Amino acid sequence: MHNIRADPNRFPPCQFERFEANLMSTRNLSRPKPKYVNLIWMGVFILMVIAILSAIYYATQQIDYVWRWYSVPKYFIYQDNIEVLSETEGDITALTPAGKNLTMTISNDDGRHEYSGPEGSAHYSVGDYVYPDDILFAYKKWKPGILVLGMWLTLKVSFISIIFGVIIGMLTGLARISDNPALKWSAITYIEIIRGSPLLVQIFIWYFVLGTLINTILSKQGIPSIPPLWFGVAALAGFAGAYVAEIVRAGIQSIHRGQTEASRSLGMTYPQTMRHVILPQAMRRIIPPLAGQFISLIKDSSLLGIIAIRELTKATREVVTVSLQPFELWFVCALLYLILTFTFSMFLQYLERRATAS
Amino acid sequence: MIDVRHIFKTFYAPHKIEALVDVSTQVAAGEVVVVIGPSGSGKSTFLRCLNYLETADSGHIIIDGIDVLDAKTDINAIRAEVGMVFQSFNLFPHKNVLNNIILAQKVVRKRPAKQAHDKAMMLLNKVGIQDKANVYPDQLSGGQQQRVAIARALAMDPKVMLFDEPTSALDPEMIGEVLDVMKNLAKEGMTMVVVTHEMGFAREVADQVIFMDEGKIIEIGTPEHFFKNPSHERTKLFLNQIL
Repeated sequence: MHNIRADPNRFPPCQFERFEANLMSTRNLSRPKPKYVNLIWMGVFILMVIAILSAIYYATQQIDYVWRWYSVPKYFIYQDNIEVLSETEGDITALTPAGKNLTMTISNDDGRHEYSGPEGSAHYSVGDYVYPDDILFAYKKWKPGILVLGMWLTLKVSFISIIFGVIIGMLTGLARISDNPALKWSAITYIEIIRGSPLLVQIFIWYFVLGTLINTILSKQGIPSIPPLWFGVAALAGFAGAYVAEIVRAGIQSIHRGQTEASRSLGMTYPQTMRHVILPQAMRRIIPPLAGQFISLIKDSSLLGIIAIRELTKATREVVTVSLQPFELWFVCALLYLILTFTFSMFLQYLERRATAS
Repeated sequence: MIDVRHIFKTFYAPHKIEALVDVSTQVAAGEVVVVIGPSGSGKSTFLRCLNYLETADSGHIIIDGIDVLDAKTDINAIRAEVGMVFQSFNLFPHKNVLNNIILAQKVVRKRPAKQAHDKAMMLLNKVGIQDKANVYPDQLSGGQQQRVAIARALAMDPKVMLFDEPTSALDPEMIGEVLDVMKNLAKEGMTMVVVTHEMGFAREVADQVIFMDEGKIIEIGTPEHFFKNPSHERTKLFLNQIL
């Protein structure tokens, strides 16, 4: 009945975690162990980590695998050689600076043609005569590598799916607890179908069944087809929506029924009660399990590679094929996912704290 | 003001209980009715039927001329006229005291913010905790919370107030402050139906006392009649046990 979490003055949010730990069954009520015992077990942990890493390294030595970590960074960021080629033939009549760039003007009977490139990268000077395919400028430019692009796509797909997933989940969760049989049974059917079938199969159905249907019908109408990205988003959002719906349902049902009674007894309608009394309280309880769901969604997006979406896993697979460095790259791939999920869970913890404090 | 005619209520889960059997009574405007009886006697169910928190199976409950059980009645409109105070306060923990009182005024009565705010402050003053306006409910003692709950119900300008064991969840030293607020309310002429175990309150404030047992009204009478010479054996037995 009394929500101890709601009181930020008595239990400031950061101390709250410790407070909860004291309430939990993990506190085994034994006599505290001397400090050196804990130190010894900490040492054991470190030794185990070192042992596992060495064992992997030793095993790779046995199959003569050559570790080449230095070849990894170029898949994050690399210098591209850019050459600006002439498409015409004529005299260079002017070389004028424009900001940090140079503008090269080539004049001939057709008129004037302008090319531009960074300062100092021009291969010719005023008065020179150039032919088609001559290199006018040559310079290097930093570009994001395929892994960064893949990570960006993973982030983008997850983010869009999460937003749609929460909207679907909220509506389904409310439908699930509704008295209206049509709403309630639609919600139950949807939730059970999604939770009872593998995500991989759902992605296939979205892309190869629904995608084919939709795009064929669209093309008959002369409308351009929808790219696979959006079927991937639909599959992930639909998948997450079913789980979010159950989280929302549980969150709402965890609010004491006295709250509904008090609100209704004041003359508020069911929607008003939901909006002003139940949902604001339920939201605070929903955030932590929702965070877990979001992190699952980021990881689940790795399945989208099979429908030609070049997210992080698909990108890694392509790099492995080219570089023949599978060991390094798959570890890097896992690490990148870890960075994404960890950052995200930190962000949600921050949100949760803010919700608790307000 | 309240006219209850032959209401029945049976619960089937977890097993069949006849909670109300042919209950009829009248409460006039400005009257204070105290309902007493052993636990499980149906007194809370009776009270909750009055504003449709429980649905009576049959009969009529007429409040201010409108039949609550009529399918055509707008139940939200009735509830806005009938204030209810719960045993467990049921304040909204995510809103501070002021906003607890303002919420329904704004949402149901559509009052402008200023008017709702002034009304809330006036009522907090009346229940004696105007200094706690910006505090959250779980920083208040039980007695203070219950007084806020009373103010919250009064903010709707109800015609009737229902109290469902308002002091049962309180520490003994806080019962007095809540009862004082209720006594003042009674003096101002509020129509009240109070389910309680506070016999002192019944003796002092009630116009009528209703004794219920096993879903039936055993006896209705004035406090003098009730506490001095009750007519039923069951009533005597109950009074002997608690006094």
